[in-house]
Amino acid sequence: MNPLLRIEDLRKEFGGIVALEGVSFTVIPNIIKAIIGPNGAGKTTIFNIISGIYSPSKGKIWFKEERIDKLSSHLIAMRGISRTFQNVQIFNNMTVLENVMIGCHPWTRSGFFSCVFKTKGNYKEEKKIYSRAMELLEFVGLADKRSLFPSSLTFQQQRLIEIARALATNPELILLDEPAAGLNARETIKIAELIYRIKEEGISILLVEHDMDLVMDISQEIIVLNSGRVIAEGNPREVQNNEKVIATYLGEKEFVKDKKP
Amino acid sequence: MSFFSQLLQYVFTGVAVGAIYGMVALGFNIIYNATGIINLAQGEFVMLGGMVMISLTTGLKVPMILGFFISVGIVTLIGAVIERGAIHPLKNPSVMTLIIITVAASILLKGGAMFIWGKQTYTLPAFSSSTKPISFGEASLNPQTIWILGIMAASMIVLAIFFNFTMTGKAMRACAANKLAASLVGVNVKLMVLLSFALSAAIGAVAGIIITPVALMDYDRGTMLAIKGFATAVLGGLGSNIGAVIAGFIIGLMESLGAGFISSSYKDAIALLVLLFVLFIRPGGIMGTTGEEKFKK
Amino acid sequence: MGKKNLYALAALTGFIVVLPLVIGNPYYLGIFIFWGIYSLITIGLSLLIGYTGQISLGHAAFFGIGAYTSGILSTRFGLSPWIGMIAAIFLAAGLAFVIGAPALKLKGHYLAMATLAFGEIIYIVFNQWISLTGGPSGFGGIPAFSIGNFSLESDFSYYYFVWGIVLFVFLASINLIHSRVGRALRSIHGSEVAARCMGVNTSGYKLKIFVFSGALGGLAGSLYVHFVTFVSPGTFSVMFSIVLLTMVAVGGMTNIWGAITGTAILTILPEYLRAFQDYDILIYGAVLLGIMIFLPEGLVLGVFNIMRKKIILREVEEEKLKLKKSR
Ligand SMILES: Nc1ncnc2c1ncn2[C@@H]1O[C@H](COP(=O)(O)OP(=O)(O)OP(=O)(O)O)[C@@H](O)[C@H]1O
Ligand SMILES: [Mg+2]
Repeated sequence: MNPLLRIEDLRKEFGGIVALEGVSFTVIPNIIKAIIGPNGAGKTTIFNIISGIYSPSKGKIWFKEERIDKLSSHLIAMRGISRTFQNVQIFNNMTVLENVMIGCHPWTRSGFFSCVFKTKGNYKEEKKIYSRAMELLEFVGLADKRSLFPSSLTFQQQRLIEIARALATNPELILLDEPAAGLNARETIKIAELIYRIKEEGISILLVEHDMDLVMDISQEIIVLNSGRVIAEGNPREVQNNEKVIATYLGEKEFVKDKKP
Repeated sequence: MSFFSQLLQYVFTGVAVGAIYGMVALGFNIIYNATGIINLAQGEFVMLGGMVMISLTTGLKVPMILGFFISVGIVTLIGAVIERGAIHPLKNPSVMTLIIITVAASILLKGGAMFIWGKQTYTLPAFSSSTKPISFGEASLNPQTIWILGIMAASMIVLAIFFNFTMTGKAMRACAANKLAASLVGVNVKLMVLLSFALSAAIGAVAGIIITPVALMDYDRGTMLAIKGFATAVLGGLGSNIGAVIAGFIIGLMESLGAGFISSSYKDAIALLVLLFVLFIRPGGIMGTTGEEKFKK
Repeated sequence: MGKKNLYALAALTGFIVVLPLVIGNPYYLGIFIFWGIYSLITIGLSLLIGYTGQISLGHAAFFGIGAYTSGILSTRFGLSPWIGMIAAIFLAAGLAFVIGAPALKLKGHYLAMATLAFGEIIYIVFNQWISLTGGPSGFGGIPAFSIGNFSLESDFSYYYFVWGIVLFVFLASINLIHSRVGRALRSIHGSEVAARCMGVNTSGYKLKIFVFSGALGGLAGSLYVHFVTFVSPGTFSVMFSIVLLTMVAVGGMTNIWGAITGTAILTILPEYLRAFQDYDILIYGAVLLGIMIFLPEGLVLGVFNIMRKKIILREVEEEKLKLKKSR
């Protein structure tokens, strides 16, 4: 199968500090693939490079056979890659519904003129945006909160808005950066279900997560990153038995299979 | 006048104003380093320094040296009051709010100055008014220029001692480097912010006092001084004090040479064009890094 | 557009139509005309600052460019004011494009300083390009607009003309805010990075709204200059940029209605306060500072929120009392 995303020999420096070095991997269509690794390993940096926020110091990225490492973020989003953020980046100046409606930006067209004069085309498009956003709010279970502002919602709900917003772009690949961080066991299970349902829609998921239970349960492939380098790759069982991985995680509580309260 | 002495004459003028721009830029740096704020009221400190000094020495007949220190003291206090009144009360202000607040403080001070001193332009006698201009061929060096350079150098030395050898100065530098870490080791960050405003007001006041004998002063000078000082700070690399001094001379010279040889009507535009140019092309300045991320955040 | 906005807009339109019929005093009529003209600029600023989150401390320059363009074309070149107006809009928009394209890459303080420097440069040009602008004393004899043979010279007709344009622009802006483009603009304010990752071309939108607000400034300048028939640089100093900002802040930056109300307050009120004439800077400074510290949502919304809080608090107290009694 042709890979959806292919990353080759990625390197990123921040003023002398090497955050990523020689990172290569692929993501095939319709898969849940996780990137794990200790704090500061470079996981978020990979996401930031894929989504065009940072440009790589070296290396190439293809999405559906097209080079995207020189494209700016919004063009990458238009190609079909969407994401959430580790430190939630919600639009606090807009309602929940509007937050999700923004996600519809890549596949809609209305410009200044048609927006100002409320043309027929704009009216139709607005209806489509509305119904798609509502659909996604129902999908994540926040439809009843649509006219609230995000600041009045819980952290978990804000995370869900971000996921709904990312889905609204109609992505083929979605990057989730620690969707379960700070959630309790019950909420984590719900997120896991949600991620699974996203996959059922035919979307590929690249997941960064510290919760090993979650990662091992839902992902088919795992990459382990340490100090900016890939130290292991494979399915959950292979990774769990990999000596380098065990050595890296020795003493780290995340790898021990116990649940935070 | 021969071309050479004309050139020399312009260089003398350029150095004098350049020193002032450098000092305004230092004022920007001090607050920026401690807080990340660009204080748009910086120029008003300079204006106030000159104005208060004028009132004290020509109005109240206070002796020059005493007047100098009282003026600096008063403006320092004003700087501290601004911080306590307008910056301190804000909880988690956005950058937008901070910009507008310092703009407001700036026009408030300007308005206050107009209320007190009216719209006329004031002069201040030179520090050593008996001394004749020192001539270099046909060009002549105003003794006040030497005062300006001397006092600027003295201020630089005082600042350097303060930042490198006193506990408070070191704490302020720690604050600039990493606020969180500084507060963890017991530095009172809020106090440092207050101090940075006071200190930067003080240096602004000094600049205002020493430039007034050659440049005169009125209530409306602040904005232009602030923009030019900011241009200097940016050209020198925001936060870099050595850069500020060097850039000050560069802009001062460009301005006086430009006014002399090209056109005096657009003299004020030169520093502004430099600012736009640096911001658009190389936001790190000549001395600073090219770290775009920092400046475009 | 929501129902609330529709009713409010209808009410505003009614108010504007009736206003000169109730207050016929030509002096006040003139002030209401200024209110309309300045509102055009503050509407643009509200979209730029309040909705998109990009500051400008140089918008007086666009106002000035519009005024000078329209003024010069209609006197020096004897062209119709209408042509002057179109040229004013396009020149201001063009200038906004040229300065906005590099400036909007900057953020926060740097953007503020760049726009401030831009405003100062344009102000210097107005003063120094004497052959074209007449220098510091400016020039006069600028004709009024006319439609066919009907001159808009009378304040009464000019009032309706200006406000017709303002209401149209206002309606257009409200439409814009509640649309795909408007959401994109607001998302830039919310989080630029997130906006980009959702496919919003943030630099494109920032530039577009900057150009739009610049064009509105140019339009306002043209309307201004054909009303006062005289132009000099003093009107377009950086101080005026700050006055415009104060108007937006007083009305409340995060709401387009704030632009119109804030402009009304700061255009009409000073006329009643004689002290304002001489110490306007002092008062603007105090007002701006006070608003930013105590009522960051603006005067209208701020006071409204305080009242609402008080009412809610009182209701809570009453409930508590009832509870106590029933026990
Ligand atoms: N903008 C930046 N400037 C400088 N250094 C950075 C920047 N972003 C990341 N880094 C550095 O790159 C390294 C990797 O950071 P990254 O955020 O990718 O880690 P991570 O794997 O996501 O960690 P965590 O699990 O804590 O989220 C870290 O050492 C970090 O300090
Ligand atoms: Mg991370």
